[in-house]
Amino acid sequence: MENPLLEFCHVSYTYHTIACETLSLKDISFSLDKNEFISFVGPSGCGKTTLLNLIAGLLPVTSGTIRIGGQPAGESNVNIGYMLQKDHLLEWRSIYRNLTLGLEIQHKLDKAHLQIIDELLKTYGLWEFRNAYPRQLSGGMRQRAALIRTLALSPEILLLDEPFSALDYQTRLNVSDDIGSIIKEKGISTLLVTHDLSEAISMADRVIVLTKRPGTVREIIPIHLSIANRTPKTSRNAPEFNQYYNQIWEAIYDENQERG
Amino acid sequence: MKTKNEGNTQPVTNKRSSPVSDAQRAYIKTVKQNRIRIHIYQILLFVCFTLVWEWTARKGMINDFIFCYPSKLFATFLTMLKDGSLLHHIGITLYETLAGFAIVIAGSLLVATLFWWNETLSRVLEPYLVILNSLPKSALAPVLIVWLGANKTTIIVCACSVAIFGSILNIYTGFVSVDADKLKLIETLKGTRFQCLRLVILPSNVPNILSTMKVNIGLCLVGVVIGEFLAAREGLGYLIIYGSQTFKMSNVLLSIFILCVIAMLLYMLLQHIEKKLSEYF
Repeated sequence: MENPLLEFCHVSYTYHTIACETLSLKDISFSLDKNEFISFVGPSGCGKTTLLNLIAGLLPVTSGTIRIGGQPAGESNVNIGYMLQKDHLLEWRSIYRNLTLGLEIQHKLDKAHLQIIDELLKTYGLWEFRNAYPRQLSGGMRQRAALIRTLALSPEILLLDEPFSALDYQTRLNVSDDIGSIIKEKGISTLLVTHDLSEAISMADRVIVLTKRPGTVREIIPIHLSIANRTPKTSRNAPEFNQYYNQIWEAIYDENQERG
Repeated sequence: MKTKNEGNTQPVTNKRSSPVSDAQRAYIKTVKQNRIRIHIYQILLFVCFTLVWEWTARKGMINDFIFCYPSKLFATFLTMLKDGSLLHHIGITLYETLAGFAIVIAGSLLVATLFWWNETLSRVLEPYLVILNSLPKSALAPVLIVWLGANKTTIIVCACSVAIFGSILNIYTGFVSVDADKLKLIETLKGTRFQCLRLVILPSNVPNILSTMKVNIGLCLVGVVIGEFLAAREGLGYLIIYGSQTFKMSNVLLSIFILCVIAMLLYMLLQHIEKKLSEYF
């Protein structure tokens, strides 16, 4: 078998404050295959966001190794897209200029890349709004714009840090469905961090449950739903859905009981 | 944020207002009338004040030598306008104020950027700036004159000294209170620190910088007048101090009146720029 796209080998992360030293992640090992979607759930404060920050190279690991595309994280040339909780569209730039932000930063404002943006804009219904300003868009549209900004750099790995949590329930379902299908269609490997168990199950191929701080891998649950061409929306109707929900909920509940 | 939205929705509602109900029309009318009424009161207050001043001075109820009176002020205004001396003094004061203002803005942007760039630097120097800022800056003016001599440069430095410390602190505070997640966004897009500055820090601080400028233009004028009091042969501050020493009260009061007008116009200019820019930021 070929190398997994992303591999964590016994990764730990410790951060320091004046008051104390905190072990945030402890001995995390897992791998993400090509085209795979993994959701992370766990009690709050278990280091889920830290995990994504490590992959994105925003933080250095304390011990262990992260291999991306078979190479150590720092040396890999795999493109990683990172979508944050809020859209963080810059209010003083038009939607179009927001979407080209990544290209501008990486000096890639060429025809081929701009073409990708134009196509994404058209596909996801934002073409008419390309000259509008962020404040004129609804929450769902803003989040879709943020996704396009991320996709413009053609990432092979996508990190999603609770990207739907700022949206209302209805929009949230629609946007996660949209984003789910975009990801599937483009074959991007994805890590999703979320508090919402239904969302985690509905989008993922595997769900990884983390323990309370220090975060360790408690359980890796492969999701097999007997539904053809599942999308995040239809997944919720699968007969196995509730079973998975209960299994994960109990794992997290135990976590809170045992050490809370 | 709020003012921005108001500025934005107003033209839209105007465009949509073709089918307006009578109640809406009546409401708009009362709002407009109210605005006009306020303006009329403001003008009346000024006219009454001027008339009472003129009348009491002529009737001898106040000493017209010390207090002067409006028609004499106006006559002085005309004579000084004709011989060109008034415009000369105004020009000098304006030049010194604007030069000081430009230096303050450029200087405080530069220093605030350096502070943002280098946390050690900002942490070392910040307490000194706080102290200098709380100092009554007029105390510095005599020292500056001794050090730099009695010339225009000194007066410009004097204007800067009044405004710059607060300005640096204000702009720096704006820089460091930018949403950390916006900077994280630039980082996730592999942006450099300089790109953080150019793409996020500076543009998101335009409103803050403009409101700092509004305060600074007034402070610079204060600094210039202090400087001219102490060491000048020209300018409105000089007119005031020279006039008071020689009991030419019409010169003194006229200069004060013109300073009022200048301060107001400069403030309005910046407010106008702020309004224009706030549509974008």
